[in-house]
Amino acid sequence: MGLTLTWLSVIILIPLAGLFLKTLDLSFEQFWGIVTSRRTLNALKISFGLSFAAACVNLVMGMIVVWALVRYRFPGRRLFDAIVDIPFALPTAVAGIALTQLFAQKGWLGAPLAELGIKVAFTPTGIFIAMIFIGIPFVVRTVQPVLLDLDVEIEEAAASLGASRWHTVFRVILPSLIPALLTGFALAFARAVGEYGSVIFIAGNLPNVSEIAPLLIVIRLSEFRYADATAIAVVMLIASFIIIFAVNRLQRWAQTRIPAH
Amino acid sequence: MSEPQVLTYTPPRDDVHTEPGVIRFVIIALAMLFLLVFVVLPLVVVFASAFSRGVMAYFAALAEPEALSAIRLTLLIAAISVSLNLVFGVIAAWAIAKFDFTGKTLLITLIDLPFSVSPVISGLVFVLLFGAQGFFGPWLQAHDIRILFAVPGIALATIFVTFPFVARALIPLMQEQGTQEEEAAISLGASGLQTFFRVTLPNIKWGLLYGVLLCNARAMGEFGAVSVVSGHIRGETNTMPLLVEILYNEYQFVASFAIASLLAMLALITLVAKTILERRLDEGQVPRDD
Repeated sequence: MGLTLTWLSVIILIPLAGLFLKTLDLSFEQFWGIVTSRRTLNALKISFGLSFAAACVNLVMGMIVVWALVRYRFPGRRLFDAIVDIPFALPTAVAGIALTQLFAQKGWLGAPLAELGIKVAFTPTGIFIAMIFIGIPFVVRTVQPVLLDLDVEIEEAAASLGASRWHTVFRVILPSLIPALLTGFALAFARAVGEYGSVIFIAGNLPNVSEIAPLLIVIRLSEFRYADATAIAVVMLIASFIIIFAVNRLQRWAQTRIPAH
Repeated sequence: MSEPQVLTYTPPRDDVHTEPGVIRFVIIALAMLFLLVFVVLPLVVVFASAFSRGVMAYFAALAEPEALSAIRLTLLIAAISVSLNLVFGVIAAWAIAKFDFTGKTLLITLIDLPFSVSPVISGLVFVLLFGAQGFFGPWLQAHDIRILFAVPGIALATIFVTFPFVARALIPLMQEQGTQEEEAAISLGASGLQTFFRVTLPNIKWGLLYGVLLCNARAMGEFGAVSVVSGHIRGETNTMPLLVEILYNEYQFVASFAIASLLAMLALITLVAKTILERRLDEGQVPRDD
């Protein structure tokens, strides 16, 4: 017991406390100056904005994937079910260079897209694509067990009461999936905001245009501007605390809404 | 023969449980297309690029001294961080699942924390502690101890990011099993350690393996956190993912993708093993046959 706490504090608590202590070296004006400087603000905007957009795509596509995996039988279903986890398992640097190669102007997907006048690699669109990639498992894996557990009887009841299939899906099934969907969305969003490895290769990393916040931290560190790096990290940490809190709340909400059988 | 007319409309059975064929087809096609483009293609690209100059070039790239030293370092780091997280993951899960104490929720949140922190920040915290300008930096320099830009720093950052895996895999399993079997063993005269190795451990072995598997995959593949603390000293502090980055940025695509293909294979093996273990764990929920 005491051992666990000691280990936990050595590995997690002390390092994180160190981060916050380091920010105390800065006056509030200095901190505010760093966080609201044009380059930092743009990096934060890019990270949070594109993560939000990518999480939205994952919400919709994740729901479609879950529906197909849970409700339909088709050849290769189990294989598709297994590959959903690949973005979890594939090291981020590998994903990064693979996506870049795929979407580069001469790449398998980049070339046809370039003919349509769409440039993906080394633009913010590339960041968006990488963020979709790493977020795929979250929505699928949080919604899947809930949809599997859902009583078919409720649907039968709705149908026998005269609801159309459309009605049953959107008024009966979807509402009971909302907590799980939002949890998956929040997890995908949080992951995308902090993501580094799979994004930096495809991003182009142009300051103010395609530079994500985690990369700016790394750049500031390599310039020995520790205070700048720390200030950006604190902003991102606070954001992830808020997301964790929201996810915990969502899960409690889900438990009170659907009583366990 | 003639049954009374049923007045209420009963829809055909098919209609109740599923959507019209066209919609079903569109949903399946969309799901498959999405997974193919975003998941399967990147994976195929890794292997296609690694072998684009033939098998000889592939193996030549892997036999480079730099590649070999990166592989050795990655294995070393994984061994250190997995074994430490294995021990402390079991203890942490044991404490959380079998005992009640105040601050339990806080402890669980803390254990989960590394999952929601950006890998770059995970690296940064150790730079702030052990770097030249860090809290312990001057003391370490005075005593000539190197943590940052050396193996200890890489190990620390890796332990940090892989901390939750083992504990997370064990907590639900241990909670479900309760304390009855342990209590029985103790009341029959078994010592604490005997109880642990003869009763608890056999009960959690599959869950433990599951946690170790995921922990190992992440430890070998971690990039962001390790990148910040490693210092990128060639042949010394480059792990496999870091070498992938360096080679890629030097336009040595075949070499870069060759290393990447090893990591991709590790990911695939992990996934297969994970699927098998998940089936084992599901079976474990029905009464065990001994």
